[in-house]
Parts: sequence; C-alpha cells; structure tokens
Amino acid sequence: MKARFAPFWPPVVVGAIIVLGWEGVVNLFDIKEFLLPKPSSIVRALGDQWTPLREAGWETGKTAVVGLLAGVVMGALLALVISRFAWLRGSVTPLAVALNATPIIALAPIFNAWFGITDFRSNMAVVIVVVFFPVFINTAKGLTEVEPNQIELMRSLAASETTVLRMVRVPNALPFFLTSLRLSAPLSVIAAIVAEYFGGPQNRLGPFITQNASFSRYANAWAAIVVASAIGLALFAMSAVIEKVSMPWKQGDPAAT
Amino acid sequence: MTDPAIVASGIGKIFNRNSDNAVTALTDIDLSVEPGEFVSLIGPSGCGKSTMLRIFGDLISATTGSVEVFGKPASQARLDRDYGMAFQKAGLFDWRKVSANIELPLELAGWSKDRRAYRSQEMLSLVKLQDFGDNYPWQLSGGMQQRVAIARALSFEPKLLLMDEPFGALDEMTREHMQVELLRIYREAGTTVVFVTHSIPEAAFLSDRVVVLSPRPGRVHSVIDVDLGVRNEDTRESERFFRATTEIREALRSVEANS
Amino acid sequence: MTAVVRSGLALPSPAPILRALRRMAAGAVAMAMVAVAWETYKWMGGRTNDHWPGTSFGLPVRTNDLVMPHVGTIWGALWDPVQRGRSQTLAGFLFQSARFTFNEAAMGFAIGTVIGLFLAVLMLRFSTAERGLMPWINISQTVPLIALAPIIVTWGRGTFLSDTQAVSIIATYLTFFPVAVNALQGLQSPAKADLELMRSYAAPWSQTLWKLRVPSARPYLFPAFKLAATLSVVGAIVGEISAGVRGGLGRAVLNFATIYSTGPEKLYAAVLASAMLGLFVFVLVTGVERIVDRNQNRGESGNTTREA
Repeated sequence: MKARFAPFWPPVVVGAIIVLGWEGVVNLFDIKEFLLPKPSSIVRALGDQWTPLREAGWETGKTAVVGLLAGVVMGALLALVISRFAWLRGSVTPLAVALNATPIIALAPIFNAWFGITDFRSNMAVVIVVVFFPVFINTAKGLTEVEPNQIELMRSLAASETTVLRMVRVPNALPFFLTSLRLSAPLSVIAAIVAEYFGGPQNRLGPFITQNASFSRYANAWAAIVVASAIGLALFAMSAVIEKVSMPWKQGDPAAT
Repeated sequence: MTDPAIVASGIGKIFNRNSDNAVTALTDIDLSVEPGEFVSLIGPSGCGKSTMLRIFGDLISATTGSVEVFGKPASQARLDRDYGMAFQKAGLFDWRKVSANIELPLELAGWSKDRRAYRSQEMLSLVKLQDFGDNYPWQLSGGMQQRVAIARALSFEPKLLLMDEPFGALDEMTREHMQVELLRIYREAGTTVVFVTHSIPEAAFLSDRVVVLSPRPGRVHSVIDVDLGVRNEDTRESERFFRATTEIREALRSVEANS
Repeated sequence: MTAVVRSGLALPSPAPILRALRRMAAGAVAMAMVAVAWETYKWMGGRTNDHWPGTSFGLPVRTNDLVMPHVGTIWGALWDPVQRGRSQTLAGFLFQSARFTFNEAAMGFAIGTVIGLFLAVLMLRFSTAERGLMPWINISQTVPLIALAPIIVTWGRGTFLSDTQAVSIIATYLTFFPVAVNALQGLQSPAKADLELMRSYAAPWSQTLWKLRVPSARPYLFPAFKLAATLSVVGAIVGEISAGVRGGLGRAVLNFATIYSTGPEKLYAAVLASAMLGLFVFVLVTGVERIVDRNQNRGESGNTTREA
C-alpha cells in the first residue's frame, strides 16, 4: 500500500545505478566479456538472438504458466479438503511443511524417468510440485486460522459447515492464498528453467543458456536470463494485480500489508 | 403463560474430562430467565461466566444438566435461530461492507435481497450509523464497529440476545453511551438479554437481575434484583444506582473473601 | 509471567520430550504410509498392465522396476558398494556428499544472512533506501541466477574463488532475500508506543535498535532463517549440478541420473538423501530457535526478579 503514495524515482535511480555501475565497472577494469558481459552487450545479444529467444521464452513460459496454474489449483483444492477433516490436518500439514523443506528441484531426474526425458511433462511436474507446497501450506493456514468468535457467531446462527466454509473460511483464506500465488509465480519460471537443465525438449530457455554458456557466448546466456526475468516479473505483476482487484476491502487499509 | 426464556437446571461443565488437566468450570448451576428480562452475569476472572453463556447458546455442551430455551432444548433453539450473539471483539467480517455484515444472519435465514437491504437500513439508523453502510469495517472506530456487531445480532429479531462483554474494549464514555443505546434498542425490540460483564456499574445500570458467580468451580453465589425504573444518564448519579452498585460490590467482595 | 514459571522448572518437563517423540513417530508413520502407497500403486500397475483397475485409462506413471524400483531395493542399495570394486557403501558415499553440500550451503547461508540483515538495517535507517532497494530485491528473485551457475564458476576461476565457493555464492543469492524482507518487517514491528517510550528516554538510534527493534524482530527472523536454510541447500545442489562441481549431492544426483538404466535405485537414494539434508537444516534451525527462546525467557525472568 505504501508504494502507491511513494515517489517512483528511488527504484528508478537505484536501477540506473545498478546498470550504469555494471557497465562502468566492466569498462574500467577491462573485465573480459566471457566473465561478465556489459549490459550494452546483453542488449545487443537480445536483439541478435531475438527469434530463438522468443520461441524459447514462449515454450518455457508455457511450461511455467501451465505448471503454475496446475500447482495452484491442486494446492488450493487439497487445502480445502484438509480444512474439512481435522484428523487429516494433523498429519498432512506437518508432512507438507517437511516436504517443502526438501530441495524439490532434485526430483527433476526422477520425473524424467517417469514421463520420459524428452517429454515436456517432466519439466512441468517439477513446476507443479514447487508451486504446490507453498500454496497448499498458506491456503490451509488461512482456512483454519479463523477468528474463533466468527465461527461461534456462525454456529449460533445454525450455519452448516459448508456455509461456514463458503462465507468465512474461504474469504479469510483469500489473502493467504493470493500471497502464496504472488510468491510462487516467479518461482515457477525458475523451476521450469532448472528442470530444463535435466532434460525435456531442447528449444527452451534452460538448454539455450547451457548451450551458449558452453560455447562461451555469455552475452547470449545473459540475454536469456533477461527474458526469463521478464516472464517472471510479468507473472509476479499479474498476481499482484489479481491480489489488489480481488480484495476490494483491503483498498487503503493501513493494517493491510 | 409463555415459556420462560431460559431454564438451566443442574448445569456442570468439566473441560478436558478423562485427562490429567481436567478443569471443573461450572457446577450445579440453576437459573431461569423470564422473557423480556435483562440478566447480567458477573464474577471474578475464571468463574465460568463466558462458559455459561456458551452453554446457553449451545456453542458448547454441558457435562451435566440441561438447558431449555423457550421450552425447547438449547440445540433446537439454535437451529430455530432464536439466538443473537455479540462478543467483546466485534468480529465483523473484513471482506463485507457494514451493511452486508448486518445482513449476514438474514442471508443465512434466506431473506430476499430487497428485504435484507431495507432491514439493514433500518438497523443502521437504529444504531445511528445511517451513512456508513457502504464502508468496510476497518474504516470505522472500535465503538462504531461494536454498534454494527449489535445491529447484526439484532437484525433478525432474535428472541434471545447473548452478549459476552460486548463493551469490554471500549473507553468509558463510549461505553456509557452504548449502554444507553443498548437499553433503548432492547426496549424497542422487546427481546431477552443475557449479558456477561466485568463491570459493576454496567451490570447495575443495565440489568433487571444480576447473577453473581464465584470461581473454581463456577457456581451461583447470589442473585441481586435491581430496579432503577426508566434509565438515562442521570440515573448514574442517583441514590438508587449507588445502592445497587454497592450491593453488587459487596457480593463480589464476599466471593473474593471465600475463594 | 509465564516466562518465570517456565524457567523456574529445574528439570525439563516430560511434555516436550513426549511431544518430540510423538512427532518422530508421526513422521515414521507418514514415511511408512508413503512406502505402502508406493508399493500398492506398483502392485496395482503390475496387475492391470499400467491401467486404472477396470478401465482403459493408462496410469500416469509406469510401474516397472526401472521406473519405480521397490522400496526394499532402494533400501538394500544403500548398503551395497557405491561402485563395483569400491569398499564404500552407497549410504556412506551419500553421507559424505551430503556433508560436502552442507558445507557449501552453510557458507552460503552465513553470507546471505549477513547481507540480508545488512540490507534490512540499511532500509530501516534510510526510508529512501527502502523505496529504492525493495523493488529490486523483489525483482532479484525473478532472475534465475541459479541458471547462471556455470558462468559464476567460470567467473570464480578468473578470480580467487574456488568452485565450491562459487556454488556458495549461488546459495547466498537465494538466502539473502527472505532474511532481508522478514528482518525489515520485524525491525519495523515494534508498536508506536514502545518507540515513543525509547524516545522519551532519549535513547539513541543504535540503542533503540538493540534494545527494542532487534528483540521484536526475533519472531520474524526465525521463519526467514528456516526458509533461507532450506533454500541454501537448494542453491548448493542446483549450483553443483549446473556448474559440474564434484563431491556433493548435486553431482551424485546428476551421476546417478546418467546411469539410471543400470541402477534406478541409486538415483532414488540420492534424491532421498537431498531431501534428508533439506530436512536436517530445517530441524537444525528449529533447534537453534528453541534454544534461543529458552535462553531469552531465562534472561527475561532474571530481569523480572531483579525489578520485583
């Protein structure tokens, strides 16, 4: 909320310092292109490689977005199921927290074995699992951590469990859910790229980066990173907009973060 | 004659029964409340007054004894939507506008949209918040939120209003103002009220009867009749009000001395 | 007051031990359930030729021993030599690799925490810094720097960094973010009244920081540390894989993936070892949190008695 009233120049200035400082340092110390390419070289590479980058970005973006949506839907659905059954909640939630602490990306080679090493589903499965856990854990928290008075009120009005879910738990969980969406949106792109390292179709950003890096064409690799960041940022921005629009009651609330 | 509003006989409540840290919260509670009566429950912390209120409202079940509300078991009264409840925290739903919060019980009871809108407008003027229906709860002060919570509790004209320290979080001036408002609403709506409070003047000012509870385990120490007639701001400075508060205070002191 | 009561106990009460035992038992039950589900699915697929029973719908994952080895096979492989002709068992090899990866992760975690805390204090002190840096700190996490691991390793070779230190840099990059964000939130968490109290004592900024802001930030910091610790392991493993650094779990996963057809159980064992390392650092930070909590309470109770 604070950002709405804050002047926009500080992030712009910091951004300019980063880019110009980078350019300046590379020039000043005569750092070799294969160690750290200049921002200007990266921009040039972006132009030269635009056709393959656009295709790779589109394909990787598709994996990330579809995986993100599937992971979000699965996480939210399981959270809904869990919220109805207390006995499940006691065992599933700690298990999810524990699994969330494991390096899920290491599952990529196993998914290759499951779905085939050149199959896009192997990459997508990694994205789904990476997105699933934070969404599930956060949504389950929002569905269960409801103000006790509100539950008592609904009970005193003879509301059914389903009504309580619909009128209290789901709206209460909405901010938790949307926060997890915003956090996992950029994660989905990173997960897709790392998964592509292990296998999957070749016309993607992950292989593009490794191939160019192995031929020491680092400016091209950096250009692919820029494309990946742009996709991640776009997903992040979209989630942030959804977050604002779908919770009108938070507009201008100083308590809302 | 109509049925009494509440008949509680032999109520006892033990929390964590069958475990090492079992706590007896209430024991041997007998109490009846007449329709249209305003009864306060007062007592030191941990005397089980909130527990008692929740047993009346069928939010928790008693370990022993039975509660009848308007001649039916409490569970049936709850399903018949005889209860309106208000708590110390207003407990408004952040995601609903003020009017939608007031309409919540009406929605659950299946009222049509037009009827709900009309009713919430009526309730908003009753609690003097006509211009705030379109606001979200966070835009209102604590006292205003509490008035919305009371409007919500009264919107569907419940036969029995159960209130758990609803003014506990308010400053003294707002609190006294809200007490006068509550009495006005109570008279106009003609409901029955059971009111849990910590405050001696509040119990004296509002009630027809004050039930003094003693702690660990909670039981009825004494029941004090209060008759202040028509009450307004001047009542608080009257001789009769002073006598009523003194009587309640002495009962509470003897509770403290015995425990 | 509760603090006084808690630390007043001379012996640890049996309740926390019981709770820990119960949690471990629940964990064991959960793992057993996963194993049973695995074997049941595999058995079912074997009976129905990889279709859902009674339908012509194919199962999502095939169930032959190559794709899904028996749980027993994976367990057994742990105690076999890691490679023909070597005396070291697979379990021993994975333990050794986990220690290697742990060191990289710990280094990354330490540096990332320091950077994160520094950024948080900087943004706390200068609100312009907060407005200028915060968007970039957020953007930094959309940059898949992890994918740049090979470049960072090359980069390291051009300077004074060893390959493992380069991997630690990747772990650092993932670690600093949650620490910076949560620490700032925690440092900004004290109530206005508390800040005004410090002001009324004419406390300088540094004292307000140490005596009020840092203690209030504690509940925000530990969740961040837990997240950062697990992320540091992710960073180390992925860094090893993409940079081709030898000796760690990431390399083990990669190696066993390339010889998957001759021994799928080895890859599963390596992935499980990675999961265990992630859990281990999580539990480690949780343990530190408990100890800090207990000491903190003891300190507070000491103050209470002195004042009373």
